[in-house]
Amino acid sequence: MVSAVVNQGGGHASALRSSLKNIAQFVIVLLTTLLGLAAVTFFIGRVVPIDPVIAIVGDRAPAQVYERVRQELGLDLPLAQQFWIYLKKAVTGDFGNSVLTTNPVLTDIANAFPATLELATLGTLIGVIIGIPLGILAAVKRGSFIDQFVRVLGLAGYSIPIFWLGLMGLLVFYAKLGWVAGPGRIDVTYSYLYTPVTNIVLLDTAMQGQWDAFWDAVSHIILPACLLGYFSLAYISRMTRSFMLNELAQEYVIAARVKGLSEMRVIWRHALRNAAVPLVTVIALSYANLLEGSVLTETIFAWPGLGQYITNSLQNADMNAVLGGTLVIGTAFVLLNLVSDLLYRLLDPRTR
Amino acid sequence: MTGAPLPLASEPSGMRAWLLSPEPHSRWQARLGRFYLGWRAFSRNPLAVVGLGIVLLLILVAIFADVIAPYSPITGGDLRTERLLPPSETYWLGTDDQARDIFSRIVHGSRVTLFIVVLVALIATPIGLLVGTVSGYLGGWVDTVLMRITDIFLAFPRLILALAFVAALGPGIENAIIAIAITSWPPYARIARAETLMIRNSDFIAAVKLQGASTPRIILGHVVPLCLSSLIVRVTLDMAGIILTAAGLGFLGLGAQPPMPEWGAMVATGRNYLIDQWWVAAMPGIAIFVVSLGFNLLGDGLRDVLDPKAAK
Repeated sequence: MVSAVVNQGGGHASALRSSLKNIAQFVIVLLTTLLGLAAVTFFIGRVVPIDPVIAIVGDRAPAQVYERVRQELGLDLPLAQQFWIYLKKAVTGDFGNSVLTTNPVLTDIANAFPATLELATLGTLIGVIIGIPLGILAAVKRGSFIDQFVRVLGLAGYSIPIFWLGLMGLLVFYAKLGWVAGPGRIDVTYSYLYTPVTNIVLLDTAMQGQWDAFWDAVSHIILPACLLGYFSLAYISRMTRSFMLNELAQEYVIAARVKGLSEMRVIWRHALRNAAVPLVTVIALSYANLLEGSVLTETIFAWPGLGQYITNSLQNADMNAVLGGTLVIGTAFVLLNLVSDLLYRLLDPRTR
Repeated sequence: MTGAPLPLASEPSGMRAWLLSPEPHSRWQARLGRFYLGWRAFSRNPLAVVGLGIVLLLILVAIFADVIAPYSPITGGDLRTERLLPPSETYWLGTDDQARDIFSRIVHGSRVTLFIVVLVALIATPIGLLVGTVSGYLGGWVDTVLMRITDIFLAFPRLILALAFVAALGPGIENAIIAIAITSWPPYARIARAETLMIRNSDFIAAVKLQGASTPRIILGHVVPLCLSSLIVRVTLDMAGIILTAAGLGFLGLGAQPPMPEWGAMVATGRNYLIDQWWVAAMPGIAIFVVSLGFNLLGDGLRDVLDPKAAK
């Protein structure tokens, strides 16, 4: 009796220890990856053919001025020390000032990020709401019309250039049919009707009861969100199909059918529940991919998000902004991947 | 009375018999036989054959661009009368803002696309192969270090890392190719490593080791060839992604520079005339779509033949 209790206690302690070890492992992986990201952006910043000193003092400055600015920027220090300073600054969120906007890069990024988040979230929602049922249908009715349809949808999603599809969407639904509003987040007429709090226009306008402004924002976001949603849906439906096919071939499905459960119950309660675990990973990955897809989408739809910020800065050789933005997107990408990994471990008891 | 047994309908004869012979007389015959079997499996998939057709067409168009294109891709016609003309019998796909024939530009653009794809594959595949096989075969701290580096490169979204590299190196097609290659090799390294881990402990590797082969010899002569087939599949499947990334860079003005007829940059030009002269943006986009689709279909088909484990 006593020994059993002790054993149980020991079991708990070892479980705790192993989960602590897991967490430690995660933290180490996260830290080395972030360090690597910083190293890559630092390296990219060094190979730029633009001399940052000349960019500040001009090419006719006397030698001592040049030298002083060089020292102020820390460019005379050894590379390792420069990297250390860069790291210390990056950790505190100091990426320097943007040449283009003259604001600190972090402020710019904080202003732009909600717009990207809004778009990517809506896109993922569309992908999940349409993609998962489509994938299930394709798996259940294998070889049918809907299965072929999902296949074609997926193939096209992997082959269509997103910027081209966005332009064609604008041409058809905005210019020709007039169903949606054009580029931008909201019409100027409505933009003074609400005060930006979260910088997520749909939330701000809805919370402040400005429904006209809300619907205008909806008509602006719907096309880019559907565009991102399509790519997300192409990926999610294809993966759902393959996970469901995998589950439907398992013995427990046969057992459930033998028991006389209805087909609906077998599919939705039993098979989907097991397919849902890897699906969570897929959804997180697709969300991360949309962050990337948003670069081109935002350029087309004049969407004032992170993607547009990076491309604008690129065209003006504003390296602080480019590298800061790259680092932030890279970090978001790494975190999302990590979250999907953690969720997978949490949801699937077999990985424990 | 019974006479000679009738030959079975399925029994191969002539050329096929030679190809399918269970006892090939030379290595060459055996290889051709394997190739023939692969082709038979491949050609049973009509979509894969369509993909192969598209890719072959791309290559042919690129080779004979000068013969196929009716007009110059660089110098346009009369700017007063031939600018932004809709598709017609003289200009099949219309003309752009500099009175250049869009069809001719798309035809010549196939060279740019092929150039990018081939160079990226030639740069990224050996890097991935080397990193993956060395990492998998040696194991230990070499493996840890190499895989951590691979993970870091995998952690960046591809287009964004390529953007940052091009920003640093300066816009241009060569830099775009380098940037895409730098972002392409990590998945190849992962695949090569996974394959190497399976090969590493096989008996034949032990036998080669006992014969006294050096580590580089084992890796290059015995491990690398066995990793190739799954890597070829992955690279082919990746080509569509490479084309899309290159087109995206071109669209942002960071890839091929004007007047080079790069499809992504052509779409970007068309953006300014989208509403009234839609064909300027639409036509090059269709070309990108068709070619990426071709590589995707071909890759799917190759995967089914060369790597049946991965096919679902």
